[in-house]
Amino acid sequence: MPPEAKTAQGSGSGSPSVVPTRLEIKRSPSDVPLSPPEDVPVFQVDDLSVYYGSFRAVRDVSMTVCERQITSLIGPSGCGKTTLLRCFNRMNDLVEIARVAGKILYHGVDLYHPDVNAVEVRRRIGMVFQKPNPFPKSIYDNITFGPKVAGIKGNMDEIVERSLRRAALWDEVKDRLKESAMGLSGGQQQRLCIARALAVDPEVILMDEPCSALDPIATGRIEDLMEEIKSEYTIIIVTHNMQQAARVSDMCAFFTAEVNETSDTRTGVLVEYDKTEKMFSNPSDERTENYVTGRFG
Amino acid sequence: MAQRLADRDGFSLASLAGERRRVRKEAVIRALFLAAAALSIVISSLIVFTLARETYTFVTQVDLSKLWSEGWFPRRALYDVRTIFVGSVLVTLIAMVVAAPLGMGAAVYLSEYAKPRVRRVVKPVLEILAGIPSVVLGFFALVWISPEIVQRLNSEAALFNLAAAGIGVGILVTPLVASVGEDAMRAVPKALREASYGMGARKVTTTIRVIIPAAVSGLVAAFIIGISRAIGETMVVAIAAGASGGSLFSLNIFERGQTMTAAMASMAAGTDAVKGAGLTFQSLFFVGSLLFIITLSLNLFADRFVRRVRQRY
Repeated sequence: MPPEAKTAQGSGSGSPSVVPTRLEIKRSPSDVPLSPPEDVPVFQVDDLSVYYGSFRAVRDVSMTVCERQITSLIGPSGCGKTTLLRCFNRMNDLVEIARVAGKILYHGVDLYHPDVNAVEVRRRIGMVFQKPNPFPKSIYDNITFGPKVAGIKGNMDEIVERSLRRAALWDEVKDRLKESAMGLSGGQQQRLCIARALAVDPEVILMDEPCSALDPIATGRIEDLMEEIKSEYTIIIVTHNMQQAARVSDMCAFFTAEVNETSDTRTGVLVEYDKTEKMFSNPSDERTENYVTGRFG
Repeated sequence: MAQRLADRDGFSLASLAGERRRVRKEAVIRALFLAAAALSIVISSLIVFTLARETYTFVTQVDLSKLWSEGWFPRRALYDVRTIFVGSVLVTLIAMVVAAPLGMGAAVYLSEYAKPRVRRVVKPVLEILAGIPSVVLGFFALVWISPEIVQRLNSEAALFNLAAAGIGVGILVTPLVASVGEDAMRAVPKALREASYGMGARKVTTTIRVIIPAAVSGLVAAFIIGISRAIGETMVVAIAAGASGGSLFSLNIFERGQTMTAAMASMAAGTDAVKGAGLTFQSLFFVGSLLFIITLSLNLFADRFVRRVRQRY
């Protein structure tokens, strides 16, 4: 079974010596398939704007996110990447003053339709956060939290092992599953959070700068992991690291922040959305080119 | 070379020594503040010393058999500590039966469910409730809680009874439990809430399985502080539990009763000279010492719990 083969490669050993494999795989743009065999849309974002009170954080975003691809959202700080990401699983609902205009269709269903329950959305669309945020519980209980919440009963050993294997963490923690997750290193905690998200078997995983709190080795492992699980999941990742976007993503969206004339606020706009390879080699918009070549932002 | 303003009279050690007068003034001010701080420590120490001395007199001179008799009647030299200790325990238990669920519920609501606008109104109201003079609550316990709640539950109940006093104390303690409990839950990092919601957990699941376990030490502290406050409460019990002169040993919460605090109050306020019979006066200090030890250890215990919460995140 392909996933297992991949897992074995990824988690072969806990020692750092295997990590540089990631760095050896330097993908030249031509390695990236121009378009995966089947481009099945998962999300269709249509003219989306997000407001916090009267302040418009992002405006008029339209884009399509396809199945089993990694889509990266890049751009300078304050350009609304994270705000947009949090619309995909309705995490913005937790901010009382946040309001969404426009549509996000998930398999053709409007996520913001009044009958849609955010709880159901989040069971299908998982999230990994900027800072690793394991629960102050055991490693085992961290993984089983989601399945239990989803109503799965009985023995969870299998789910725990499978999730941890997929997140390339099994070999490092299999002997201390009952120990607190707080005792893991930052990179291990983040992989635990990924394993925790995978445990409920979501279709989409949203990642909000998942490596920004990690060192380069831990970052490499997370990137490897994304590559491995991509065959089964759709991933949307916000990143500040352009090399990371270039390395891992199939599609890339570049956002920038427009200063509003009437007030001293900034509103994010989508400048360009295309295949990653094109975005980094031959972008159509001058602003994208300036950003990816480091002349701006 | 231009002379600097500060050194227009030439530069020497005196230039950097500063003005004598100001240096002295600084020292005086420092001494005043030190005195203020020292005074409060001295006063507290003297209180503890007095308590200890009179307690010592009582313990060494009392006929020990009188400490375990049929009731607490200090004027007849019957000092059954059991009676008032059990009274305190009963009132505190009833108070916590009221305050724990109410306070906890309010804390969960304020911390997890209330919209910011609602919280901005409810929290101050709760704190005002905490500021109700206990004599008012005591009166309320006597004229309303006792006939309308306690005597309806048990028609045999006396008008003055421990149950009404306990409920009154519970109402008094609820805002305290709610406020400390809410602080503990709000201190749980937002990242943990997001992790839970991001997994598709509902609010109630997040509260029960993530927030409360993470805040457990703070919640325990809230209860302990509530217990400590309930034990120390005097006025409600003095008014609503009756038994001002003394009390027979009894475990019946529907009867008159006396707590350690109310016993002290009624003795100290008694018109017919506390000094009367032998050690009556010293027994006040004895009970005071016991109370002091109980609440001090509870507070120290709670303090350690709160500290543990702070360290975790």
